[in-house]
Amino acid sequence: MPALHDVSLTVESEEFLALLGPSGCGKSTLLNLVAGLTAPSAGGVHLEGEPARGRSATAMVFQEFALFPWRTVQANVEFGLEEAGLGASERARRARAHIQLTGLAGFESKYPHQLSGGMRQRVGIARALAVDPAVLLMDEPFSALDAQTRQLMQEELLAIWERTRKTIVYVTHNIHEAVFMADRVVVLSRRPGRVLTMIPVALGRPRTEAMLGEPAFLAAVDRIWSLIRSQAQAALREGEA
Amino acid sequence: MSTRLPVPDRTRALERRGHPVVRVASLVTLVLLWELVTGTGWVQPLFLPSPLDVLGTGFEMLRSGELVGHVITSLRRIVLGFGLGALLGVAVGLAVGFWSLAEAVGNPLIAATFPIPKIALLPLLILWVGIGEASKVAVIMLGVFFPMAINTFAGVRTADPLLIRAAVSFGAGRWSLIRKVLLPSALPMIFAGLRLGAGTALLLLVAAEMIAANSGIGALVLNAQNLMETTKLMVGIVLLSLLGICSHWLLARLERLALPWRSHS
Repeated sequence: MPALHDVSLTVESEEFLALLGPSGCGKSTLLNLVAGLTAPSAGGVHLEGEPARGRSATAMVFQEFALFPWRTVQANVEFGLEEAGLGASERARRARAHIQLTGLAGFESKYPHQLSGGMRQRVGIARALAVDPAVLLMDEPFSALDAQTRQLMQEELLAIWERTRKTIVYVTHNIHEAVFMADRVVVLSRRPGRVLTMIPVALGRPRTEAMLGEPAFLAAVDRIWSLIRSQAQAALREGEA
Repeated sequence: MSTRLPVPDRTRALERRGHPVVRVASLVTLVLLWELVTGTGWVQPLFLPSPLDVLGTGFEMLRSGELVGHVITSLRRIVLGFGLGALLGVAVGLAVGFWSLAEAVGNPLIAATFPIPKIALLPLLILWVGIGEASKVAVIMLGVFFPMAINTFAGVRTADPLLIRAAVSFGAGRWSLIRKVLLPSALPMIFAGLRLGAGTALLLLVAAEMIAANSGIGALVLNAQNLMETTKLMVGIVLLSLLGICSHWLLARLERLALPWRSHS
């Protein structure tokens, strides 16, 4: 069975788009397609506009962080810049700027195993932002964190987004998270994944914790849950983890 | 009336302590026993000289310059053979671990030649490269090459696929991947291979020097036995054990330097 079927999706510049769906709906596959980490069996992914020099098309933030354990925070953040062929001083400058941006100042020479989960994912975010990607891809970036840390990291990511206005494609299976973070939520069906619906989130920016109680927030969450409830139940019965 | 039962600590039997005094005492006792059985004349010096005699003879040989020659010769052989074998082993292990074609070519060859006891190849190596230094270095090199190649290969294969994907997602090419992900991933296994190889190298050094050499620690030990100079023989054995301890210590230092992310401070 294909992971995805007949998915057509356009992401606008500076948009924060959430991909939401039950387990095994192919949302991670979709993200890997955009990152060039999986080849589609049919169809394609295209970026509009000329590729700028010294800029990546995409950069990925991984659920399990995927930091290099033998590299310090600084060296991890510099990894993508090395592969882009930047000189040592330019690398150090850009890495420092993104270490500042993600609240990692003072941890430059620490190794990943010396950091908490939240701090590790900050490194993952800094590493991805440092290559100045046209699209930032995030694959359930906070789902490995505890609930409190996750809430704080969501707010920090939103603050970073307010400052950088990156185009973000954010994969999650958490409805509250998707609605709280995104401008638009794309709801996928279970495998083979199709786009069930796209829901624009009618919440202002910057987002604050208080908005979690607003009628617009609750209405969007309810609408999405009613859409994917049966899908999730079917997935549960199939025993798909 | 209710009774209060104390909960026993069930992990008692699992407790492991350092016993620092016992550690030193066990070593000291061995030397004392050795001195006791030899000093009292209970064991003839021809079969086992006393530790003090061994120490004295050792200093004499050091002063006369006899020892220095043997040690330098042996060190040169082992350092060259070990270094070349390790470099070659890591290179082959990385290649076989990364390219499927290299694995298809290399793995059957390694599997077929690995079980040969390397010392059996010494006569052949002497035929090929002469009885000089090259044959001794070559046999040590062969002995070190196999554990290094096999361990490096295993280390590369156990590299976390997630880290490989992460590197690729940032545009890493083949060489970047090998240098920045596969090699560091394999380093712990490479160091295990180095420790294994160090033991093999010492064994092959002594064997080769006993078979076909007139200098080196192995030759010293064999000659001393021929001349019934058991004290000199023991000096050679003590030297070899020191060499083993030193190489172990050096590798441990090197490992801490090369793997700073593994020190849990």
